[in-house]
This record gives sequence, C-alpha cells and structure tokens, in this order.
Amino acid sequence: MKTTNIMIVGVGGQGTLLASRLLGHIFPQMGYDVKISEVHGMSQRGGSVVTFVRYGSEVSSPIIEKGEADYIIAFEQLEAARWLAYLKKDGKLISSSQKIDPMPVITGMTEYPESLEEKIAQAGVDEICIDVLSLANKAGSSKAVNVVLLGVFAKLTGISPDLFKEAIDVLVKEKFRQLNKVAFDLGYSAVLQ
Amino acid sequence: MKKLLLGNEAVARGLYEYGCRVVSSYPGTPSTEITEFAATYPEIYAEWAPNEKVAVETAIGASFGGARAFSAMKHVGLNVAADPVFTASYTGVNAGLVIAVADDPGMHSSQNEQDSRNHAISSKIPMLEPADSTECLDFVGIAYEISEKFDTPVFLRLSTRIAHSQSLVETGERRDIPLKPVDKNPRKYVMTPANAIPKHVTVEKRTEALREWAENCEVNTVEENTADIGIIASGTCYQYAKEALAKKASYLKLGMVNPLPVKLIENFCKNHKKVYVVEELDPIIENYCKSLGLQVAGKELFPLCGEISASMVKEKILGETVEKGVSLPDLPVRPPVMCSGCPHRGMFYVLKKLGVFVNGDIGCYTLGAAAPLNAIDTTVCMGFSVSGLHGFLKANGETEKSVAVIGDSTFVHSGITGLINMAYNRSCGTVIVLDNSITGMTGHQQNPATGITLKGDMTTAVDLEALCKAVGINRVCVVDPQEIDVVEKAVREELEADEPSVIIARRPCVMIKKAVINPPYRIDPEKCKKCKMCMKIGCPSLSVNPENGTVRVDSTLCVGCGLCKKLCKFGAISEN
Repeated sequence: MKTTNIMIVGVGGQGTLLASRLLGHIFPQMGYDVKISEVHGMSQRGGSVVTFVRYGSEVSSPIIEKGEADYIIAFEQLEAARWLAYLKKDGKLISSSQKIDPMPVITGMTEYPESLEEKIAQAGVDEICIDVLSLANKAGSSKAVNVVLLGVFAKLTGISPDLFKEAIDVLVKEKFRQLNKVAFDLGYSAVLQ
Repeated sequence: MKKLLLGNEAVARGLYEYGCRVVSSYPGTPSTEITEFAATYPEIYAEWAPNEKVAVETAIGASFGGARAFSAMKHVGLNVAADPVFTASYTGVNAGLVIAVADDPGMHSSQNEQDSRNHAISSKIPMLEPADSTECLDFVGIAYEISEKFDTPVFLRLSTRIAHSQSLVETGERRDIPLKPVDKNPRKYVMTPANAIPKHVTVEKRTEALREWAENCEVNTVEENTADIGIIASGTCYQYAKEALAKKASYLKLGMVNPLPVKLIENFCKNHKKVYVVEELDPIIENYCKSLGLQVAGKELFPLCGEISASMVKEKILGETVEKGVSLPDLPVRPPVMCSGCPHRGMFYVLKKLGVFVNGDIGCYTLGAAAPLNAIDTTVCMGFSVSGLHGFLKANGETEKSVAVIGDSTFVHSGITGLINMAYNRSCGTVIVLDNSITGMTGHQQNPATGITLKGDMTTAVDLEALCKAVGINRVCVVDPQEIDVVEKAVREELEADEPSVIIARRPCVMIKKAVINPPYRIDPEKCKKCKMCMKIGCPSLSVNPENGTVRVDSTLCVGCGLCKKLCKFGAISEN
C-alpha cells in the first residue's frame, strides 16, 4: 500500500504529541508500517511545532515534504496557513478555528493575518474548520483539543472509533480517559454527514 | 508484537538487552531521552553527570571496572568529552564501552552543525550509524561486540531525525553479561609516554583490522536493483535515498562509517554506471571514495549545510520535482518564547533597561536574545559567558559595563572554572547565575544543584553561594528575579564594585513541581492607558485587544507571576 502522510501542526504546549502517539498506537494495530518524526527542544517553548506521521506497507523516510501530505491536522489557524504548502493537491486540511498570537503580533511588530480561513478556502484547499476549543471545553478541558481533532479525523477517514478509544485506554492516564473519549465523540459527530 | 519506539528509546532498550550496567551522560538535544529511558531499567545504573567529560570518564572507569558502560551526548558535548575519549582510544576497554553522539544537521536546537564523524576519524574510534529504531537497538549490541573484540570504545552516531523518529522494533530479553574481572595492567591503562608509544602502534593496527572487518560485516550491506545508479549512504540519508529512488537505484548502506572498507566500495563503484554519495554535512565518504581513485558524485549536488531530503535526492538524481501545495505569503513567524511566568524574564528586563553588554550562555535563557527583550549579546558554548566576560573586561573593563548570565546546570557544567579564573586573575566582572533549579531547555532534567538524582533519589545539592565564596568571590548575593527593583539595585551595585561578584537569581522554573503558580491576573480596561509598558517583557499571556487598544491577559496561559503588575504605573493590573 502507498504511504499515507499525516502532519500534525500547532503551537508548542497544545498537545500535538499525544495526537501523534495515539495515531502511532493505532496504525500498527491495523497492520501497517509506521514512522513518526517530531522535533524536541527549542520548538517546545510556544513555537511552531510539527509532527510527521507516515503509514503504509513499508515506510522509509520519517519526513513529509512540501506537496506530500494527505492530511494536515492543524491545531491553530496561523499554523494551518504556515504548513499549507505541505498539503497534496487533493489533500485534506482539518483545522481548529482557534487563533493564538505569536510573539511578533504580541509585541505589535506585525498583525495576526485577517480572515485566514477565507484565504485558505479561496486558495482551493479542501478544508474542514471546526471550533474545536469549544468542543474540548464542553468535554471538560481545553487541553482535549487534540482528541477532538482526532475524532474529526476518524470520521473523515472511516477508521474505527473503537481503535482510538482503545488507544486512549492504553496511553492516557485513567482519570483523564473518560474526558478524552467524550472529546473524541464530540469531534467525531461534529462532521456533517 | 513490534513496538513503536523513538530512536533514543530503542538505544536505551539496546543497552538493557545487551547487558549495559553503567550509564553516565549530560543532557543535550537530541540525545537526552536515551539516558532518561535507560534510567527506567532497574538493572542499569544511570546518572546525570555535571558535564560530558565527567560522564565519559565515568563510563571509561566503569568499563575498566568490568561493566559494559555507556555515555550519550549531543555533538558539541563530544568536544567537551574529547580529552578522555582520545586517550581511551589508546587504553582500549575492559568490558565494552559505547559512546552515543547525536548530531543535529539543520540545527534544530544547536549552536553549530559539526559532523562528529570527524571526531571518530581523528580519535581512531570505530563509529556505527543506525538508520531507524530497529538498528538503534541492534547496533548497540554490535557496538559492544566490536568494543570487546577489538579492544576499543565504539561510537554510535545518531542524528536528530533518527533520535527523534519512532519506528517499529522487535524487542528481546536482557542477556546475562557478567562483570569482567578487573585487570591490573599498567601497560594497558597507564598512558605515560612509555606505554602510550606502543599503544599508538596498536591503535593503527586496530584500525586496519576494523577496516578489514568492515568488508564483510553485517552492518555494511549491498542492495542490488540496477546497474545504472548506485547510492552510497548511511543513517537517515539512506532512508531519504530509498524513499526517493526505491528500486531505481542500488544501495551500499554503510552501517559503520569509520573506518570505511576498501574492496566493498571499489566493487560497488565498479558494478554501477553512476555512483552518488548521499551524506549530510561533510563529504567524508565522498572524499574517501575519491582517495581510492573512484569516480563518485556528492557535494557538487548535495549541500554542505543543513539537511538533505528525499525530494532533494529525487530532484538531483532523477531530475523529478514534487508539486508543492499552496503557499500563503507574509505570515508572521512563531519563534519559541520564554514561558508565561518564566523566572528569567525579570532579569532580562532589568539588563535591557541598564543597557549593559550581556555575555549569554546555553539554555532556555538564550531566548532572552529574542525580541522584545533583545538582552543577550553573545552565545558561544556551555560556560562561555563567564570566561568570555573575563576576557571582554580585560580588553575594555575601564570603559564598558558587562555581565555574564548562566543557568544553574550550565554553571555547574563549566561556568565554575571560568569563575575560578575571574577570582584568581582579579576580574571585576559580575556573573549572574539564573538558578531555576532544573536543566530547562532539554526538558527538565535534574542536575547537581537540584538535590535529586536522575533516578529520583534525594542527594546532596551543590551550595552555589558557598561554592562561589570558596573559589574567592567575596561579593555573593541572592535575589528573586521577580523583584525587579531589588534586581536592578543589585546589578547596579555589583557593576560599580571593583572586585568580581556573583548574583544568584533564584526562582524555580514554572514548568516544574516546586514552581509557584498563582491564579491569573486581570487588566482593568478602564484603567489601562494603552502605554504598553507591560508589553516590554514579552510575556505570551499579554496581547493588545484590537478592538480598543487596551492590553488583555490570556487566563489560560497566565500563571500569576505578577511581573506585569510591577510595570503598570496606572494600577490597571491586579490579582483576580
């Protein structure tokens, strides 16, 4: 099987790592070879972060390059825009409508770009943008945005929700499991039929 | 079933499975997790040493003592450890000794992009380079085998993309490797000239024996697909080439990058019409091929700087390009920043205000160089701030005001020797130790000043005040960096003093357990005069409300450190 490329992008501290770990648990269960690549260190400190997840019958490079991503799961609008060049022509962008000001905006050196969502749509990108933060808060914690987004991803790809819930059981501490499963379901059902 | 393991985690698993007993390292991205994972095995003694030299010496000592031993570091850490490494090449080992060194092509979190294969060549130590997590585990075993068979330390070279990528690994059980008896053998272990002279001859013979071994070893493999294109590569570059070319090329994959074989490479070149060497950083394999009189293409196609990629290989060798996605122009960058409530922020605010020349060091506080604080003027290497300050003031101490800023872990690593020099050679400089009680940037590791070991046990902590006094610094004071008025007064006073001084700015990192976390502050939009004074500290919790120009607090990020409140002249900022 051809390799499928998923990028998870966001801001350091948003919980992108748990999203990639859950995917990393699921794809081997489905019988695929998997490689996941992340950069630690400087990027953790509120900087732009990206994780590459690749699965297929045999995966060589751990890296996804421009024009190669089948899916980009973006935790933040500016980050969705930043990594857009990595999306394949027929790739799908799954994004949270959340906006987080980067330091140059905070200090007033520049402004947060206006109407990014429309610009992305105008560029002909196949996008689903959801108010993930509200759904995460509804589930009980703003930190659950990662699992809400995976709910959206599961619905769009047809991967069984049971696999995600089993991964949550394995990888998430017991006291947060139920919250995460609720968050996942909210994401899953947020996608219109 | 196979497990998905980070390259670094797989190295640690290899240490467990191949009977390693002693691990000593200093943290450094991208090598840090090896030692953290190794510490999770009760069978392995694992520790954080104060620096890489001490770590490697500890590992050498453990090898002499009969235990399979290990040390991990980032590429620049090997510079610090080079002294014992180069002579351990002469002594050889008792039990196996493996030293992992993680390079950082692309400089994701490093101050330079040096290629540690050069260290392997100049120290005459064999070097293995795994290309995925499975090899990370397996090569540890092979490295121990080589180490004990050829009586040599062995390098395991990683890169960011191998260390920080996860792939599937079949794990096994721990082998029972007994301690070796201690060998009292001065001719082997006492490197006086009389003993070292014959040892050098032994080392040269060993390299030739290893070169011969490399001709037929299991880590150097040929994958034959076509006679047209041959690729010579190792590590992550092999994966890029495979991804790009698949069966359109044949591959000579070199799992051992020092020493390199002769016949294996000659035959591979002979059997393929056009041979390319795909290697990041220095042209080491390429120059070796050329020294054998072989025609290969390398750095005329691939860069000396930064990373190589699969698409680059595809483009340079096949002339094929991938269509890129849509690019939106002029997006603001999102650089890493100091966390909300970071204890370093107050100090950098004061230093910027005073306009002094700041000699910086390696750690989270290097972020003080970024806007809007812009408060660091130099960053070179671990410990440079202190010795650099000393030299700076010897040049112009009559006219310039300058300080050093250095974290607690970095100070213990190599700042203390610079401070001894300042006391001994009568500097008048001021060293500011930013003591946040943790090694922050690499992901919060313990260090000798925290009083806790890598395994989580309580231990003695370095008394920084007493240490500074003991080396001859009379003026030592401790301040809370959050109290910016006190900090400013202390810095002004010490800059005026005509003897060396140390200011210890003590407050725990906000990311650790003992941090002080308060409820978020709030800004009264009625009282806010939009002067943006509070914005000068570059706190990610503060932003300007585009609707009315007042400043607002992001209550999900704010940890209530109160620094912004101290800067507001209008009393607009308060505890909730």
